[in-house]
Amino acid sequence: MNPSPAADAKYEVSFTVNGDAKKVLVRPMERLLDVLRNELALTGTKEGCGEGECGSCSILLDGMLVNSCLVPVGQASGASIVTIEGMSAHALMKPLQEAFLECGGAQCGICTPGMILAAVHLLEKEPAPALADIREGLAGNLCRCTGYMQIFEAVARAARRRVAK
Amino acid sequence: MPRKEGWDKVTGAARYVDDMVLPDMLYGATVRSNVARGKIGKISFDPSVAWDEFVVVTAKDIPGKNCIALILDDQPCLAAETVNHPEEPILLLAHADRHKLRKAVDAVSIEFEPLPSVYTIEESEQQSAIIWGTDNTFKSYLVEKGDVDSVWNEAAHIVEGEYFTGAQEQLYIENNGIIAAFDPENGVTVWGSLQCPYYVHKALMALCGFPEEKIRVVQMETGGAFGGKEEYPSMIAGHAALLSIKSGRPVKIVYDRMEDMVATTKRHPSRTRHRTAVSKDGKILGGEIEFTIDGGAYATLSSVVLSRGTIHAGGPYYWPSVRIRTKALATNTPPHGAFRGFGAPQSLFAMERHMDSIAQVVGISPVEIRRRNFLEPGQTTTTEQVIREEINLNHLLDRALGLSGYDEKRSRFAEENKKRVRKKGIGIAAFLHGAGFTGSGERYLNSLVGVEAVVDGHVRVLVSSAEFGQGTNTVLCQIAAETLGLPYESVTIAQPDTKVVPNSGPTVASRTAMIVGALVQSAAKGIKLTLTKTGLLREDYTPEQFRAACREYIAARGALKSYVRYEAPSDVYWDDEKYRGEAYAAFAWAVNIAEVTVDLTTYAVTVDDFVALQEVGKVLHPVLAGGQITGGVAQAIGFALYEKVVWQNGRMINNQMTNYIMPTSVDLPPIRVFFEELGNIHGAYGAKGIGELPMDGPAPAIVNAVEDAIGVRFRAIPLLPEDLFEALQPESNAQSIPSSAPGTA
Amino acid sequence: MRADPAEYRFVSSGNLHAVLSLMAGEPAQWLPIAGGTDVMVLYSAGKLPSRKLVNIGNIPELRQIETFPDRIRIGAACTYTALRTHDIVSREFPLLATAASWTGGIANQNRGTLGGNIANASPAADSLPALLVYDAEVTLISVRGERRMAYRNFHSGYKQTALAADELIRDISLPRRFSGYVSHARKVGARNAQAISKVCLAALGLVAEGTIRDVRLALGSVAPVPLRLNETEHVLTGKKIPPSLIEAIKKSVAKEIQPIDDIRSTARYRTAVASNLVAEFLEKLATGGADA
Repeated sequence: MNPSPAADAKYEVSFTVNGDAKKVLVRPMERLLDVLRNELALTGTKEGCGEGECGSCSILLDGMLVNSCLVPVGQASGASIVTIEGMSAHALMKPLQEAFLECGGAQCGICTPGMILAAVHLLEKEPAPALADIREGLAGNLCRCTGYMQIFEAVARAARRRVAK
Repeated sequence: MPRKEGWDKVTGAARYVDDMVLPDMLYGATVRSNVARGKIGKISFDPSVAWDEFVVVTAKDIPGKNCIALILDDQPCLAAETVNHPEEPILLLAHADRHKLRKAVDAVSIEFEPLPSVYTIEESEQQSAIIWGTDNTFKSYLVEKGDVDSVWNEAAHIVEGEYFTGAQEQLYIENNGIIAAFDPENGVTVWGSLQCPYYVHKALMALCGFPEEKIRVVQMETGGAFGGKEEYPSMIAGHAALLSIKSGRPVKIVYDRMEDMVATTKRHPSRTRHRTAVSKDGKILGGEIEFTIDGGAYATLSSVVLSRGTIHAGGPYYWPSVRIRTKALATNTPPHGAFRGFGAPQSLFAMERHMDSIAQVVGISPVEIRRRNFLEPGQTTTTEQVIREEINLNHLLDRALGLSGYDEKRSRFAEENKKRVRKKGIGIAAFLHGAGFTGSGERYLNSLVGVEAVVDGHVRVLVSSAEFGQGTNTVLCQIAAETLGLPYESVTIAQPDTKVVPNSGPTVASRTAMIVGALVQSAAKGIKLTLTKTGLLREDYTPEQFRAACREYIAARGALKSYVRYEAPSDVYWDDEKYRGEAYAAFAWAVNIAEVTVDLTTYAVTVDDFVALQEVGKVLHPVLAGGQITGGVAQAIGFALYEKVVWQNGRMINNQMTNYIMPTSVDLPPIRVFFEELGNIHGAYGAKGIGELPMDGPAPAIVNAVEDAIGVRFRAIPLLPEDLFEALQPESNAQSIPSSAPGTA
Repeated sequence: MRADPAEYRFVSSGNLHAVLSLMAGEPAQWLPIAGGTDVMVLYSAGKLPSRKLVNIGNIPELRQIETFPDRIRIGAACTYTALRTHDIVSREFPLLATAASWTGGIANQNRGTLGGNIANASPAADSLPALLVYDAEVTLISVRGERRMAYRNFHSGYKQTALAADELIRDISLPRRFSGYVSHARKVGARNAQAISKVCLAALGLVAEGTIRDVRLALGSVAPVPLRLNETEHVLTGKKIPPSLIEAIKKSVAKEIQPIDDIRSTARYRTAVASNLVAEFLEKLATGGADA
């Protein structure tokens, strides 16, 4: 067991982000969202609410979609993290990006990184989702601009294209 | 045609204000009032904080005028002697460490001597306290057409109703944020999440006392706005600028969700009273409409919201005579402000609910009552604007009824409801929305637009119109490309930066595609004309020849720019005193049909299907246009059924996303969107504005559908399950028949 | 973000014994954090009273689901996603699997834990009524050893639990004897996803020859604690289900619950809806258990 640290102490926390090994010197109760944005300059992940309601801070943590505003960086030690910046390497990314652009799935764009991560998470588990599955898979990501319809279309289109391949 | 800035948005590369950091930057925060109205007393700074590390700004530090310049200039940037609403800004702090800054805000205590306050339209009207001017009234309008006083005697029916809409939070997913940087040589530069760079520019000139070349405003990628970033950014920019001036360092202020919800603008709450004289066969003979909005503590934009609400109050119907009396009142709440629709969703809610009431009294269907009263070409609106286009609202209604299966469903639901707990209903709303600024507003804005050729021969659009998801960048580039016969990819648009782009007016009022687009079209033509006149280009040219001609021209003369200024159409006349004439250069028209289920186990209303049919002049970009309608309908469903601001002594107490409820992906119905196109001589390629139109219809269509389902006449939104439950209790006085008094005819 | 990370201590060992020793050494000082979906919301709002947090999300013993012939033991740090995707949980304990699907969106289900839901002790918690009707047993653990108690005795008042100052919830045990029951779960929130419940019902019923052999009703958000409707169950047991009984039961439910007015809803609404939900369940039982 680590000796009880002084509050205020910074720790070295290691994890991989988008395939790269990273070490950050941080206080363990800093939010993972803030560490990604401020220490690692990965500003694609956004803060919309700070309460785990809007999903714009979504990332993949050991393959699981999570809200990074609710994860203390101390709990991310040794984890494998993927943010929107790391998605370019993902096989689903090209069909999703194209579909989002064709269908109008991104308007102001602030929810888009989180939506794409949620979509990837969904499609990895359910390659041929019905509309109800898409709705449920994205229920934790709020969009104020689109009314969701064009986002559903984009996800469905990306799924069809990926399956067709 | 993919969204111009779309690639950055889908890769996470798009840069919003909180993604930017400047060297030596401080963070700023606001110390706010915790009383609704009072005299500011002693301000104490807890000695446990090292205050010498902080930048502290009060009203005394304001170099220019302590106001947020807008229309009346009554709103202070920082309260000096009194506060007039909860969360009113009093002091500003800045520090390099965000956490220390947060604690410092809590370490400032301010004593207040409370003053009497008012929180609602009724309290303000009763004048238990005078909190603004002489009578708590920011503005009032009177519209009179025909001879209203004579219609009551002829009426077979006189139908009255009172309707209410609540406040609504814009809830853009990106909170308000600004970075300001001052240096003595260049003045103040701000970067921010905003809709109107030149509004901020004007406000900062007055606040800082600087000339126009010493203020520069740059719009960054903006994560949603909907009107919530029309006027409010001037306040937060003012704060950041003051801190930067005092410290000499850049300052970033970004609100968190709790602060953004509690302190910034919301949709004006409203109350509308109708008294309508109706003939035996359901034709409106005339009536009185009283429309009142709650403006909050300062005037801000309330006079303009009131104006739009006033002009739309009569809906898409022919009123032979009408008297429309409207007012905007002051209350001790944070000022209400622009939100998509801007007064029209409020007064149209009332009108469309009232039409269903009239139908019931007369004994005809909601379809029939509308048919008998729709405006026709050649008739005049309530402000006596002649309808000059060949709009056929009956056709629009027929088409919507067909698309929604209205007739079959309505009778089937009536049968099936007898046997089930989940009652179904279907409701209609018909409406219109004027695009562009009212009356002489566009003339006053005097918009200026530029198109330039750049060194490599590509073309760049120069406007202050902001992209915040609605498609400004895409549509304006598309228009320029189309006009010049160039591929879309070869046209770009400058980032709105007051140092670079002219003032094409604010990005509001559904004016961008229509009005600014038309100017872009003209400016693009100007480039072509210059090139053809100088012989560098033939009349029919290829894109490569165009580019070569541009390069040649620029090599010889240094630059190729074309500017065009707005010219008001000569046949559009508006009388600002009598509030009469051509209110808008173009109206878009729409019919919405909402199908709902009312679950009498949980008293919850779910929208099962929604048809949005609108005539919009011309659909410039089907995907973008469809997205505007769907998004607007979704917000309006929230307005109707989910989004309630809970007030306590003038303060929003449910200021978190967990307690202020907007619909998720599993709450919305399929939203089916259809268009018609009649063209528009005043709009680019025949387009009319569409951004706000979809906000006007869904709420009354839904509440009409609820009444169809369970026979209860709701008059207020948001309509929550708790409200539905209370109305169904035997002791409630929710009417199930509309009040009516027979006339003497 | 209204908390200063510099004021907080956070320790993480992944070792159950080490964590328990820490908690025993400084009782009531260390707040366990698993998924963080409750703790971090309070923390970000600047409203978390504790300044010392101990990570329990990475303790292997707390993340297992063990199945035995007669019962299933769910580690306290099992996530809602783990519950939803577990074969036995979704087949034999559908009320719990359904409750897990109600909580937040997928991202919050991937982190939120059953133990966290119990220890946070909100009367609005989605999974607690299911635990009440399934006769759950909780195992509490400290350096002093383990003790078991019936979950129905775990909450003593609003946000009060039986946890001693040095104790953790180790697991939740559910007896595997409800497969033959008709089950019914309904949550009423302000919207269909990501909503704190205004009322939620977990119900089980066993009917033979038109008579109720066993009925179990638990409601959330209608009292300071999740509530098992013992009196109403008593009235129902052994009876047939005519419509007149259903009306009487609605009144019985209304008498047994103590809902309040709060920022989300009203006492009157909660009472009416709770009664309606129970009535809906009884109608389902009367028609042989099929969903309407």
